[in-house]
Amino acid sequence: MPEQIPDNSVGLVAPQVMQFDEPLTLACGRTLDHYELVYESYGQLNAKGSNAILICHALSGHHHVAGYHSMEDRKPGWWETCVGPGKVIDTNKFFVVCPNNLGGCHGSSGPMSINPETGKNYGPDFPLMTVEDWVKSQKKLMDALKIDCWAAVVGGSLGGMQVLQWSVDYPELLRHAVVIASAPKLSAQNIAFNEVARQSILSDPDFHGGRYYEHDTYPRRGLILARMVGHITYLSDDAMHAKFGRDLRTGQFRFGYDIEFQVESYLRHQGEVFSKQFDANTYLLMTKALDYFDPTRDKDVGLNDVMAQAQCDFLVMSFTTDWRFSPERSQELVNALVATGKDVSYAEIDAPQGHDSFLLPIPDYLAIFDAYMKRVAQESEGLCHAS
Amino acid sequence: MRADFEIILDWIQPDSRVLDMGCGDGTLLDILQKQRSVKAYGLEIDSANIARCVASGVNVIQQDLNKGVDNFDDAAFDTVVMTQALQTVRRPDRLLDEMLRVGRETIITFPNFGYWPIRAYLMTRGRMPVSKTLPYTWYNSPNIHLCTFHDFESLCRRKQIKIINRTVVDHKHRVGIGSRLFPNLLGEVAIYRVTK
Repeated sequence: MPEQIPDNSVGLVAPQVMQFDEPLTLACGRTLDHYELVYESYGQLNAKGSNAILICHALSGHHHVAGYHSMEDRKPGWWETCVGPGKVIDTNKFFVVCPNNLGGCHGSSGPMSINPETGKNYGPDFPLMTVEDWVKSQKKLMDALKIDCWAAVVGGSLGGMQVLQWSVDYPELLRHAVVIASAPKLSAQNIAFNEVARQSILSDPDFHGGRYYEHDTYPRRGLILARMVGHITYLSDDAMHAKFGRDLRTGQFRFGYDIEFQVESYLRHQGEVFSKQFDANTYLLMTKALDYFDPTRDKDVGLNDVMAQAQCDFLVMSFTTDWRFSPERSQELVNALVATGKDVSYAEIDAPQGHDSFLLPIPDYLAIFDAYMKRVAQESEGLCHAS
Repeated sequence: MRADFEIILDWIQPDSRVLDMGCGDGTLLDILQKQRSVKAYGLEIDSANIARCVASGVNVIQQDLNKGVDNFDDAAFDTVVMTQALQTVRRPDRLLDEMLRVGRETIITFPNFGYWPIRAYLMTRGRMPVSKTLPYTWYNSPNIHLCTFHDFESLCRRKQIKIINRTVVDHKHRVGIGSRLFPNLLGEVAIYRVTK
């Protein structure tokens, strides 16, 4: 609980819900006739609507980007580091929007929602989502909020993939794309990690084919395992070494399978916390969306041809010790953008914290990100005052 | 504007594609964008400089030139520029080849180690020269491959690289009569424009 909300926080915020009754056709061939998107917004849309920023969230993220829901909240939103008054994404200058993606478990329509056809939770019957579907639904939200063009679409990891998709699906609807710690598609190794996470959930006896809500339980052990393996890939070897080394909880071997090493304690704790907060069906769906993402696939063309459609400017950032979304993957994207003559800047931030770096206050990262967003803000202001 | 930048500006065609290797804080690219409306990218290794480039609206890509530039296609640029950085890379000869691969033309500036005060410094003191242009001591200098104009030109001959222009300037980046007559002795910095 914050005793006092810091001045550079958006403060107390409340999520909003937008209801959509126009059917949304999905990549899997199915249609969502009615759906809801829960979202948060901070700051004010200016008179010309030129200062709107869309933030796309990652695998375990949601709409609660910054600020607090109540004074009892233990922690602020997931990107408090970067979003707030005077921060990199300055809510004094921008109108910031972030929805919870479809299929999520934080309020938007997803496996936990009630299926109007059966009157029960969708569970495994909720259609699998793709990044394209999410972008399409975010476009519907954009229309509902009467935003004509995003000043920037911003996202890290899976969020960065949505940013890429935006830039090629709706090239004229965004002026800047900020893609952080992301990739133009996953590697086999990445898919493999996701598959381990999925199998740990699917093989949990409490999973009940995804209908665990009806059994008043949930695949706790599966979720814990899934998060543990995920968490290992989000940290670097160096970061883990620095944080835990080979430290023992009690200082000596106990010759058993209880927690002995500090790293075990940490992973189990992370898994435990996550399993209480996150829905297993959503986790499965989100990892699938990651695996499916490949904007070159349907079109049977190269990345250059795909990125050639983009019209916005790009800022691409990666982190040296991120092995889940390595700098090489960001460079692939940058090469395609240079080859097609797009305006792009690329920073490879030297940071020991691995994939999680994009959420952390790393000075070089924030300085470059801030320099870019200041230009976006200037441009938005210029457009607002232009007659 | 720095005099060497003015000379470079003269050699850049409007609306052309430019790559600046070792672009620093992006000053040159900013000038080229504003005055020649070029489509340009800078390559830079230092994060603080990346932030400065981004702040001035210059496209910049964080990249270590010592690891090569094979991420760029052949003839992707009309001009590749490199100011005061050739002597800092591990293999200037290989990078020169790469510059001429990705660009039709290359503009290179570097300090002349044959400049007479440098020769005099070494001659009289018997120690590695330290000057305004070369302010480092031998052990901490980023300038690991210093050369004279003659050295550079002999490399160009060996590689069959054509020198289109050469302008030699003094430490204030001015073109003088002396440096025109005896460039390798009286010129401090050279600006070369070369092609294959």
